Amino acid sequence: MKLGRRRLSLAWLGAVPFFVYALFFLFIPAGNVIAGAFKDTKNQWTLSNIHELFQTQYLDAYRTSIEISVVTALIGGALGIAIAYAAIREGTPRWVRSGMTTFSGVAANFGGIPLAFAFIATLGSVGIATQFIHNVFGIDLYGPSVNFQIWTKTGIEVTYLYFQMPLMILVIAPAIDGLRREWREAASNLGASPWQYWRHVGLPILMPSILGAMILLFGNSFAAYATAYGLTAGAVPLVPIVIGNFYTGDVLSNPHLAQALAFGMFVVLAAMMVMYVPLQRRASRWAR
Amino acid sequence: MRKHIAPTAVLWLVIGAAYFFIPLLATFLFSLRKASTGHCCSLAAYGTIVHNPEFWTTLRLSFQLSLEVIAISLILFVPTVYWVHLKLPRLRPVLAFFALIPFVVPPIVLVVGLLDFYKGTPQWYYGSPYGFLATAYVILAFPYMFFSLDAGFRAIDVHTLTEASQSLGASWPTTMFRVILPNIRVAALGGSFLALAIVMGEFTMASLAAFHTFPTFIQYINETQAYPAAAVSLMSFGITWAAMLALLFVGRGSRSRVQVAGAH
Repeated sequence: MKLGRRRLSLAWLGAVPFFVYALFFLFIPAGNVIAGAFKDTKNQWTLSNIHELFQTQYLDAYRTSIEISVVTALIGGALGIAIAYAAIREGTPRWVRSGMTTFSGVAANFGGIPLAFAFIATLGSVGIATQFIHNVFGIDLYGPSVNFQIWTKTGIEVTYLYFQMPLMILVIAPAIDGLRREWREAASNLGASPWQYWRHVGLPILMPSILGAMILLFGNSFAAYATAYGLTAGAVPLVPIVIGNFYTGDVLSNPHLAQALAFGMFVVLAAMMVMYVPLQRRASRWAR
Repeated sequence: MRKHIAPTAVLWLVIGAAYFFIPLLATFLFSLRKASTGHCCSLAAYGTIVHNPEFWTTLRLSFQLSLEVIAISLILFVPTVYWVHLKLPRLRPVLAFFALIPFVVPPIVLVVGLLDFYKGTPQWYYGSPYGFLATAYVILAFPYMFFSLDAGFRAIDVHTLTEASQSLGASWPTTMFRVILPNIRVAALGGSFLALAIVMGEFTMASLAAFHTFPTFIQYINETQAYPAAAVSLMSFGITWAAMLALLFVGRGSRSRVQVAGAH
C-alpha cells in the first residue's frame, strides 16, 4: 500500500517538465495580462485601466470586433453547412468529399498577411476581379453605387470568410455524416417537403454541433490580427489592431491599457468557451 | 437512391470552389503583371523577390525557427503524452483542457503577457527570435501537437508495447526510441507539419516583438511593392499547401486526423 502510493507520487514527476513549461510560457504570461490590467504605471492596484476601456474608441473597437466575428461566423457557418452537405449528400461522387476536406484543410490554414494580399489582388481597387467585373458587367465596385472597399469592415468580412467557411466545413462534416439516410426517407415517405425535413429533422439534430462550431468560428475571427492588419494597415480599429498599435505604432501611453484591452478579449473569449463546453457535450450525445 | 448529383449540390460546390480558387488565381495573374504597364505578362515580380537578400534571410530564419519549435515540441510533448497514457490516464482530460487554453488566449494576448513578463531577461533570450519567439511558438503549436500525438497514442496499445519491451530487457530509452517512437511516427510527423505551417505563417507575435521573420517580410513587401507582394504571397501559400499535403500524405491509412485552423 505504502509502496503503491510512493510509486504514484513518482509517476506524477513525469509530467512535471510539461507543466513547468506551460506555467512559464502560457499561464504566467496570461496571468500577467490579467494582473497588469488592474495595475497602474507605479505598479499599484487600480481599476482605472478597466474604466478606460469604456471610452468610446475602445467600446467601438470591441463592437466592431464582435460584429465582424458574429457576421463571419453566421455567414461562414451557413455557407460551410451548405457546401459540406452538398459534398456529402447522396448522388455527389465520393471524390468530391475528399477533395473538399483537403482544400478546406488548406484554406482554413491560409490566413494572415498572404491571405490579405490575395484579397487585395482580387478585390482591391485595381484587383483582378474588380477590373473583370467592371469590364464585363459594367459594375464599378468602387463606384458610388456599390461603394465597396477592401480596407473597410465589409472587406475584412469578405476576406475572413475565406478561412471561416472551410473551418465550418471541417468541423461540421462529421455531424452531417451522422444524418442518416433513413431519416430523410422516412420524412419524405410521410409527405414532408425538403424544407419541412430540414426545419423539423435535419437542423434540430445538427443544431448543437452548429452552435458549437459557430462559437469556434467566432473565436477564430475575434482573435485574428494579421489578416486585418495586412488588409487595412491598422485603419479599422479592431481590438487586436488597437493592442498591436500600442507596440508597433507610435501610441505612447500606458502599457497597462494594452493589457486591459487584452484582458477584455480574454473575457469575451472565455465567455464563449464557457458556452462552448456544454454545447459540445450536448452535441456528442447525438453522435454516440 | 439518387443516381445523379443534385443541382443545388452542384451550385453550392461551385460557390465553394469559386471562393477558394478565385483569390488564388487572381493573385497569380496579379503577380504576372508588368510593373511598368500594369498588364500581363512578366516574371519580374518573382525575380524581384528571389533577388531580395531579405527574402532568403527571413525565409531561413522562419524555417530554422520551425525546426527548433518542432524539436522542442517533440522532446517535451512525446514523453509527456506517452507517460500520461501509460501511468497517469487521469491527467489526460487535464492535458486536453490545457490544449484548449491557447484558443482562449489568442496570440495577441499571449504576446502582450510574454513581452511584459520577460522584459529585462537576458538579451540572448528576449532579444533573439531563437529564444523568445521559439518558446512562444511551442505554446501555439501545443494544441495541434497534443491532439495529433494523443490520437496516435490512443491508436496503439501503450501498455502491451511497453511491457513487452521491458520484459525483453529493454531500458527506458530503448523502449522509447525503438518501440514507442516508430509506432507513433505518423502522429509525430503530422503534428510536426502542422507546427511547420504555423511557424512559417505566424505574423502577430513576430510583429509585436519586432522580429524579422518571413511573414513580416511579406508584410513589408505588401506595403511597398504590389506585384512582388502577390508573388511572395503565392510562395507563402505554396508552403502552407506543401505542409498540408505532406500531412495528408503521412496521415494516409491512419484513421485519426487532426483538423486545424491556423493563426490569422
